[in-house]
Amino acid sequence: MLEVRALEKSYGSKQAVRGVSFTVEKGTVLGFLGPNGAGKSTTMRMIAGVLEPDSGDALIDGKSIIADRRAAQAALGYLPEGAPLYDDMTPPEFLRFLAEARALPRKMRAEAVDRTIADARISAVCHQRIGDLSKGYRRRVGLAGAILHDPPVLVLDEPTDGLDPNQKRAVRALIARMAPTKTIIISTHTLTEVPAMCHRAVLINRGLVIADDTPAGLARRSEDGTLDSAFTRLTDQVEDETL
Amino acid sequence: MSGLLTRQFSGFTATYRREIGAYFATPMAYVFLAVFLLALGIFTWEAGRFFDTGVADLQPFFMWHPWLYMIFLPALAMRLWADEQASGTDELLLSLPLGIPGLVLGKLFAAWTVAAVGLFLTLPMWVSVNFLGNPDNTAIALAYFVSLLMAGAYLSIGAAISALTGSQVTAFVISVVIAFLFTAAGWPLVLSGVQTVFGAGFADLIARFSFITQFEGAQRGVLELRAVSYFLGFTATFAFLNCLWASRHRLG
Repeated sequence: MLEVRALEKSYGSKQAVRGVSFTVEKGTVLGFLGPNGAGKSTTMRMIAGVLEPDSGDALIDGKSIIADRRAAQAALGYLPEGAPLYDDMTPPEFLRFLAEARALPRKMRAEAVDRTIADARISAVCHQRIGDLSKGYRRRVGLAGAILHDPPVLVLDEPTDGLDPNQKRAVRALIARMAPTKTIIISTHTLTEVPAMCHRAVLINRGLVIADDTPAGLARRSEDGTLDSAFTRLTDQVEDETL
Repeated sequence: MSGLLTRQFSGFTATYRREIGAYFATPMAYVFLAVFLLALGIFTWEAGRFFDTGVADLQPFFMWHPWLYMIFLPALAMRLWADEQASGTDELLLSLPLGIPGLVLGKLFAAWTVAAVGLFLTLPMWVSVNFLGNPDNTAIALAYFVSLLMAGAYLSIGAAISALTGSQVTAFVISVVIAFLFTAAGWPLVLSGVQTVFGAGFADLIARFSFITQFEGAQRGVLELRAVSYFLGFTATFAFLNCLWASRHRLG
């Protein structure tokens, strides 16, 4: 379970996130939507313990990212935006590094690495340096890193961004396989994949949650019943209000 | 207490191994070692007149260490943190349940190991002087030991600045400048200038902080506790700054 409580973050005078709260239960895939610069990545980085919030908290499987950061991070798998990786390593080397850094018991490391390579379907590129991999494989190696320690909570920042349709389908299938046993939040601005992938959608704009609904419920808020126009309507509306 | 230490330094081994791998998986370590050894050789034989001194010792070899470290070790350390920032992997690193001190020391010790390999590869020089005469081998071993400690001090500057700037080139330039200040502070040319302007007492104080001054005793084969603690303390101070500057990334 993931509980986000009134997270706030400013960069200088710019308020990037202004009190974002939501709760996600186990077995739910939450789509975290919003225009570019809405505060999606900043919120996710705070949940992952990469960025310290100005105020608020996030409880990952009951552990506070502020008061008990390491325990919270141990329960979390995080795919940062753009899936940054160490280019000089091969995927198994990278996963072994993470296994050691996450202090998985020595006996379980090899097994966890093998299982993850199979789950993420990257065995074909195991002998190549990560720097030589295609974007789709890089993303999958990043995902493999996030699920290596079998965390109860996954935070995936744009896991399908820049992938071709086949690769997108593969990533979606992986997420669907993991969904029943985990709490997952996924940010995306490809709205078409939201109904296929997510049970619930939280829409944020200018650092505020402006809608929290099922993808179908969200779509109903527009005149033509599509998620696309609901997205435009809701985010435009807020822009009009603030202008 | 031990629990706290374990938590703070968790990730040391993983980071150390990853960084050693990164040095040797790319041409970086090999290029560094080759150029470093070449430069050390040229300075020792040409500028240091190794064969002309008529004495079988490594004095003309060790006297160049501070100056070469000043240039080469910042080059070795500049990537440690700046590279993570450039590729975005710092975000990955910060999302792991690790303590910053473990990361800082893991990286520093990896670079230190590469420097140690460089020093180790100069051993043929030590062997040569034993063929040429009867050098004081204890004194040479000691000079090697203190030189390695001094290398750690130079690397700690480079690593800390690398965490501060986020750009390898900037990190290199700033580190060399800082390293130059701490090296040249013991240079007679600088000291006489300082003495003229600020007086002998101040010049003496400055000289105490110089790597050259601290390394002098070891070059003569004297083990000075003062020098050992200076280099270790210096490294610890910059490693501490490194922790602060690396933690700063969490603030955004």
